Amino acid sequence: MSSATTTRSGYTAAAQLADVLPPLKQRSRAMTFVRRHPTIVLGGSLLLIMVLIAILAPYLGTVDPTALAPAKRTREPSAQFWFGSDMLGRDVYSRVIYGARISLIVGFAVAAVASALGTFIGLVSGFIRGADAILMRVMDGLMSIPSILLAIALMALTRASVQNVVIAISVAEFPRVSRLIRGVVLSLREQPFVEAAVASGTRLPMIIVKHILPNTLAPLMVNATFICASAMIIEASLSFIGAGTPPIIPSWGNIMAEGRALWQVKPYIVFFPAVFLCITVLSVNLLGDGLRDALDPRLAKRL
Amino acid sequence: MFAYAARRIAATIPVMLVVAFFVFSLLYLAPGDPAAIIAGDQATPADVERIRASLGLDRPFLVRFGEWLWQIIHGDLGTSIFTNLPVSHMIAQRIEPTVSLMVLTIVFSIVVAIPLGVLAAWKHGSWLDSGVMVMAVFGFSTPVFVLGYLLAYFFALQLDWLPVQGFHSLSDGIVPFLRNLTLPTIALGLIFIALLARITRATMLDVLSQDYVRTAKAKGVDQRSVLFVHALKNAAVPIVTVIGNGVALLIGGAVITESVFAIPGLGRLTVDAILRRDYPVIQGVVLLFSVSYVLVNLAVDLLYTVFDPRIRY
Repeated sequence: MSSATTTRSGYTAAAQLADVLPPLKQRSRAMTFVRRHPTIVLGGSLLLIMVLIAILAPYLGTVDPTALAPAKRTREPSAQFWFGSDMLGRDVYSRVIYGARISLIVGFAVAAVASALGTFIGLVSGFIRGADAILMRVMDGLMSIPSILLAIALMALTRASVQNVVIAISVAEFPRVSRLIRGVVLSLREQPFVEAAVASGTRLPMIIVKHILPNTLAPLMVNATFICASAMIIEASLSFIGAGTPPIIPSWGNIMAEGRALWQVKPYIVFFPAVFLCITVLSVNLLGDGLRDALDPRLAKRL
Repeated sequence: MFAYAARRIAATIPVMLVVAFFVFSLLYLAPGDPAAIIAGDQATPADVERIRASLGLDRPFLVRFGEWLWQIIHGDLGTSIFTNLPVSHMIAQRIEPTVSLMVLTIVFSIVVAIPLGVLAAWKHGSWLDSGVMVMAVFGFSTPVFVLGYLLAYFFALQLDWLPVQGFHSLSDGIVPFLRNLTLPTIALGLIFIALLARITRATMLDVLSQDYVRTAKAKGVDQRSVLFVHALKNAAVPIVTVIGNGVALLIGGAVITESVFAIPGLGRLTVDAILRRDYPVIQGVVLLFSVSYVLVNLAVDLLYTVFDPRIRY
């Protein structure tokens, strides 16, 4: 074979490729993103819709979610009561729409608080040898109490309020974050770029801010989405058994708790908040799965 | 092996101490002064002080913690504020339904999830694989009480196949026992199935790409035996770890499931205790669940050496 033939067949192959694949320019950046990360797009859009619902709750045809109308108790879903009314005559639709606020606030707040607290403990533990052993034993101890039970126990000590629910769930969730961050810190400390920074006399706070924190961001973000999903479920569970958000606040768990007594005859009171809760948790989980696949290609294939 | 076991058992002691410390602080910080409650409305501050001293409540925190720990080790979990019964007695009465529910759920989940995970890994990229993965995401996103109500609505109320609520002891016969626990087991099991199927699939994907699996295929070992004997055995360690860790999810889920299906177990006891602010009972249940969780994971760690004799710590 002469080199000319090889070159020519090479050209032919290239020409065929161009026939099969459309030029890259035709696919916009947005479309490429959607094709590459369908779960991020799906989860993100669903979550965005829920956030909009929560923010725009007063403009979505809702009435006062706590307004009692004893004469209109337990109406079936209708034009006036889209999702029916509960045993006190309150509009279930309005309660479910306003309930989105509680779920999202608790989910986001717990994700933020637990991530911040866990990062702090993880950094201390990763850099200070003396503190490491003690801190990690305490974290192991906290992690061996099942999250819901830990949150229940803490809620039993305090008054029911959204703030206390956030604190209780954060305490149950942050030890895992601290373990994660400690692991990242320990492996980063051995990396040449950190050693170089130490050798060139960079101060510890600067090393943490410039070299350690940026590298914890990806695992932290993925973890935060899963904490958010878990916090929403725990909040609903706590409210459902009567140990969560105060009953006067319409949260999805509370609506279901109140619908419990009647669920065999009026299943819709339990059904609608349940559907919203599932969709919201699903959207956050999808977002988390997508982020993990996008940010950690090694894991993408496996989980 | 023995050195490893001894070291692993010793490592659970500080963890147990942290749990005990947390649980004790719970009672210590609980609002309401037991001495004032016992003394009643007519008591003078001096009376309350005397009762407090006679109960030993005026001593330092650590002294009381030490004494409490000593009692716990001897099986004394204190007395319920509400029923005046020993907490250990109340727990013993309620333990059967919870243990039955959890054991059934673990067995059911393993039987469903592991074959699903293995098949998903084997048919990697097929509709079966995608189906299992989609199911797993839904499993993680459906709270146990939502699924519980859905199942109860369709299979108990609409189709009338199974009882809506309640519990029958195994001593009443196996059929009513299983009929009552079927729906709770499925409701509680879904998240565990999701977790197990996912880790089984992930580990099997790794194992199936190893040389000895190819060798086994090449020498003509039949497909089923390659998957379930050669490969699954080597994927056992991560799967068993996840089963151990997942027990925490099961415990939390059991508390909620028992409320949905009116099962008179430890979960119901916990919920009732919270509503009555019966701190000794809350304390006892949290302690019992956490210690069981630690012990299950200790057992799992010790099992590693059985599944994978290469592990020598």
